[in-house]
Amino acid sequence: MDYHTPGSFEDAAAIAAKAEGVTRFLAGGTDVLVQLRADMVTPDVLIDIKQIAGVKDIAREEGGWRIGAAVSGAEMTEHNELDQEWPGVVEAMDLIGSTQIQGRATLVGNLCNGSPAADSVPALVAAGASVSVVGKSGTRKMPVEDIPAGPGKTNLEKGDVVSAVHLPARGDNAGDAYLRFIPRTEMDIAVVGCAVNLRLDGGKVIEARVSLGAVAPTVLLVEDAAQAIVGTSLDEAALEALAAAASSACNPIDDKRGTIAFRTHVAGVLAKRAAKIAYERAGGAK
Amino acid sequence: MAPDGNMTNGFKVVGTRPKRPDGIDKVTGRAKFGADATAPGMLHASIVRSPHAHAKILKIDTSKAEALKGVKAVVTRADFAEGLTGENWNILENVMASDTALYDGHAVAAVAATTALGARDAAKLIEVEYELLPHVTDVDKAMADDAPVIRAGAADKSVPEGLHPNVVRYHESGHGDVDKGFSEADLVVEDSFKTEATHQGYIEPHACLAQLGSDGKGEVWCCTQGHFNVQKVCAALVGTDSSQIRVTPSEIGGGFGGKTVVFIEPVALALSRKANRPVKLVMSRSEVFRATGPTASTSIDIKIGMTREGKITAAQGVFRLQGGAFPGAPMEFTAMCAFAPYSLENVHQVGYDVMSNRPKQAAYRAPGSPMAAFAVESVIDELCNKLDLDSIEVRLKNASKEGTKASYGPKFERIGLVETLEAAKAHPHLTSPLAEGQGRGVSCGFWFNHGGETAVSLALSEDGTVAISVGTPDIGGSRASMAQMAAEELGIPYESIRTTVADTATLGYNEISHGSRVTYASGLATIKAARDAVKKLCGRAAAKWGIDEDAVVWEDGCAKPSGPNAGDFEPLPLAKIARSMGRTGGPIVGHYEATPEGAGVSFATHIVDAEVDKETGQTKIVRYTVVQDAGKAIHPTYVEGQFQGGAAQGIGWALNEEYIYGEDGRLQNSGFLDYRIPVASDLPMIDTVIVEVPNPGHPYGVRGVGETSICPPLAAIANAVSNAAGVRLTELPMSPPRILAALDAQANG
Ligand SMILES: Cc1cc2nc3c(=O)[nH]c(=O)nc-3n(C[C@H](O)[C@H](O)[C@H](O)COP(=O)(O)OP(=O)(O)OC[C@H]3O[C@@H](n4cnc5c(N)ncnc54)[C@H](O)[C@@H]3O)c2cc1C
Repeated sequence: MDYHTPGSFEDAAAIAAKAEGVTRFLAGGTDVLVQLRADMVTPDVLIDIKQIAGVKDIAREEGGWRIGAAVSGAEMTEHNELDQEWPGVVEAMDLIGSTQIQGRATLVGNLCNGSPAADSVPALVAAGASVSVVGKSGTRKMPVEDIPAGPGKTNLEKGDVVSAVHLPARGDNAGDAYLRFIPRTEMDIAVVGCAVNLRLDGGKVIEARVSLGAVAPTVLLVEDAAQAIVGTSLDEAALEALAAAASSACNPIDDKRGTIAFRTHVAGVLAKRAAKIAYERAGGAK
Repeated sequence: MAPDGNMTNGFKVVGTRPKRPDGIDKVTGRAKFGADATAPGMLHASIVRSPHAHAKILKIDTSKAEALKGVKAVVTRADFAEGLTGENWNILENVMASDTALYDGHAVAAVAATTALGARDAAKLIEVEYELLPHVTDVDKAMADDAPVIRAGAADKSVPEGLHPNVVRYHESGHGDVDKGFSEADLVVEDSFKTEATHQGYIEPHACLAQLGSDGKGEVWCCTQGHFNVQKVCAALVGTDSSQIRVTPSEIGGGFGGKTVVFIEPVALALSRKANRPVKLVMSRSEVFRATGPTASTSIDIKIGMTREGKITAAQGVFRLQGGAFPGAPMEFTAMCAFAPYSLENVHQVGYDVMSNRPKQAAYRAPGSPMAAFAVESVIDELCNKLDLDSIEVRLKNASKEGTKASYGPKFERIGLVETLEAAKAHPHLTSPLAEGQGRGVSCGFWFNHGGETAVSLALSEDGTVAISVGTPDIGGSRASMAQMAAEELGIPYESIRTTVADTATLGYNEISHGSRVTYASGLATIKAARDAVKKLCGRAAAKWGIDEDAVVWEDGCAKPSGPNAGDFEPLPLAKIARSMGRTGGPIVGHYEATPEGAGVSFATHIVDAEVDKETGQTKIVRYTVVQDAGKAIHPTYVEGQFQGGAAQGIGWALNEEYIYGEDGRLQNSGFLDYRIPVASDLPMIDTVIVEVPNPGHPYGVRGVGETSICPPLAAIANAVSNAAGVRLTELPMSPPRILAALDAQANG
């Protein structure tokens, strides 16, 4: 196994472009090292991005935020301003693993590991987040929802590396929330995940994004679910319409973690519950 | 106190809560567990396992592995003893397959190399050619006419004609006339239940270090509940004499019955013999799940009749247990425990031991009993609900007492079921209000407890301190309890005694630490060994004083003349006698060897409150109280720990733990991520009440406590969840999808 510690994302991308065999980037390593130890994936080339300047920074950018590729969950949770503006994104990241995992795990690793059940991804999608990708032909921005391609797969090309996550400016009267269903209270993988991000005007929802995790091969951005609540003050009928839209967007599998019927039903339940939390966070009285 | 007398009060040390002697070792990480042993020149081993549920092994090609640098030995079945019969054959077949792989994870070969990674790589180079055979993993399907036969001719004489060859043992027991009893009932409830296999879930995977020379002399260091059994089984499987294998047990990171079984030690010995080097073998978590014993899965039918006043008129049960690809599922325990809490005129139980393509089941705390209680106590709860009767009163009305003819045959001696029910009735939990969405459940549970072969020795040091050697690995704080009992007898401080779990060369044969037997049997042997030492101490005093041995008594740690007639001498403390023992007759050692048979049975009553989220099917256990008869709690903290541990494991079993097999017969969840034992935040504080109804078969009244505590939880939780959800749950685990499906089915009529 070749281990690299490049000093820039351009170098990291160049090493990856030339690499032969199984290549992995090492952010927190909470997926990579676990897969290595479990004899599931043994990389031939391992590129550690943590030596690159700025990867641990959370910085203001165009009224929003730039979160470096190696910022850990714990660092996000402790960042008060970030948490005040994007509590849904922060709580989604905070759900990952335990205290030990929180000290290492990153948003970018969670996204690029390609798990349909990744907790932070629906929250990022609902937030309208994007990532910077450094590749052969320079740096480009991609919406988060365009990264996952299926279980364990991304749309990143050989030689692409993600350098940061961007959250848009929060603006007024807005809130987001993320909920997941697990059979236990912690240390488990989402059977269903749902994030809702919305903006209010005088108690009425004027913008909304609803995203679901673990109910399809990739994260879903559910336009119908958003439309079900836009223009409403989140009354019972709107919530029922939201639940129905969320459920009907599901395309899950039956597996050891949950059945199709269960996931489909619970997606609707979580959508309602997350919407109510986001609504309250946006300043709407309920 | 008479030398052989029983004592039930006036204790000085027993019943107190001293610090555990292995505490510092455990919290500082100094304690040595199975994988902590090393030896010069040690090799590392890896086992090749079948990825198929059922397959003929056509060919094993080890040449590529053997050619790999660092590989020192490869073994297959040909490297083990031949001509074994009975259970030894079954164990060997499980330890290393012969011509057929019987379950996903079944060992087929093993390799030893200079590094652990090298062994893992070499294992991948061993090529096994399989011919797939049809498989079955469900107990009901394994009994059906069209089920593939796991092994023809495996059934014993107990099985009636006409049953599928996978049914390998049959049990029937009971008394009275159940048909007559059912006709006298005002209400008869009948239902069917299923429980999935669950793993003991010990945190420490199996691990050993073994050495075997061409002279047949061997050493094993391993993590086990019973090193004498490891010695016996290893000797048979590698073909040497028991006394030539010395086994030293390590500290143990949990066992719960799962470490009463031998899996890897014979493999490490066989590799060592071939390589002529010590070999270390450590299982991965996935191997632990795939290839060590979970408990049996079950399919159960229960029928109970009751009068309007709550008297049970008849009870009957059919218990089908799947125990993997070998005989031995504990169906007779299931059948015998099922109705044991109740005094019944008419009772009948039938058990089936069924083979399937799963790992060989192993004991798990009160093997077979929790599943029986789940089914029986669910039906009793249903009867109470339908007849509008109080669940504790109904259990009190039917409770077994001293003199009751047990559902499994014998008459009960002094038992404490009624006392646990009375204590539950008086507990504030039972009358506390329930919140919206919550339900309450109660259940009783029963376990036999066990005595077994036991040997203990107790040696005095010159400075007046004492070393106890026991042969039962300490799986629940027993070193402290032994020291307490010896301190009580000898009249010296607890701190002056050290208890060691000695190796197989030090003591006579000791049965495994199982059957909740250690505090009972090793405790009894410790007390008797201490009394033996006291007799010798008194003898030395008598000789010094020139009086009769009978004229000396032992009190408060001193030899004293028994009365004025015996003479007037200064009391001689233990330390003083010990200091001069070299000159007064040599070392003083007390010992005791026997197979005590007075293990008292024990009962428990649990109360649980559960909250069910009807939108998601999620269950939260909000309050839990364990009431159990301990006979006598030597170290109450450890007794409470056993109570809480049984409840915690029961919560996992009831709600989320299960072996999930795919269509291909492979285990889908061989890790703690998807095999969901409860995490700390899933559990409420578990309240405990120790009831003490002394066991007449132990000098201090001790009953085993380790197993009874896991008997009521499945039922108590199922009753709480069913009452909260408003629908009867009859299948375990009561996972969220299953609860939602039950609610759906109810809503759709
Ligand atoms: C005990 C435990 C509990 C867990 N619980 C959860 C949970 O509750 N929810 C959940 O969603 N996940 C969970 N995880 C999974 C894991 O912690 C998360 O996915 C985490 O966010 C991964 O981040 P990381 O920085 O550790 O990624 P790494 O392991 O470093 O990398 C993960 C993947 O991302 C790729 N990658 C990393 N950095 C980049 C980059 N800059 N550009 C392109 N690709 C990159 C790597 O090549 C690799 O494929 C858990 C893991 C463990 C061990």
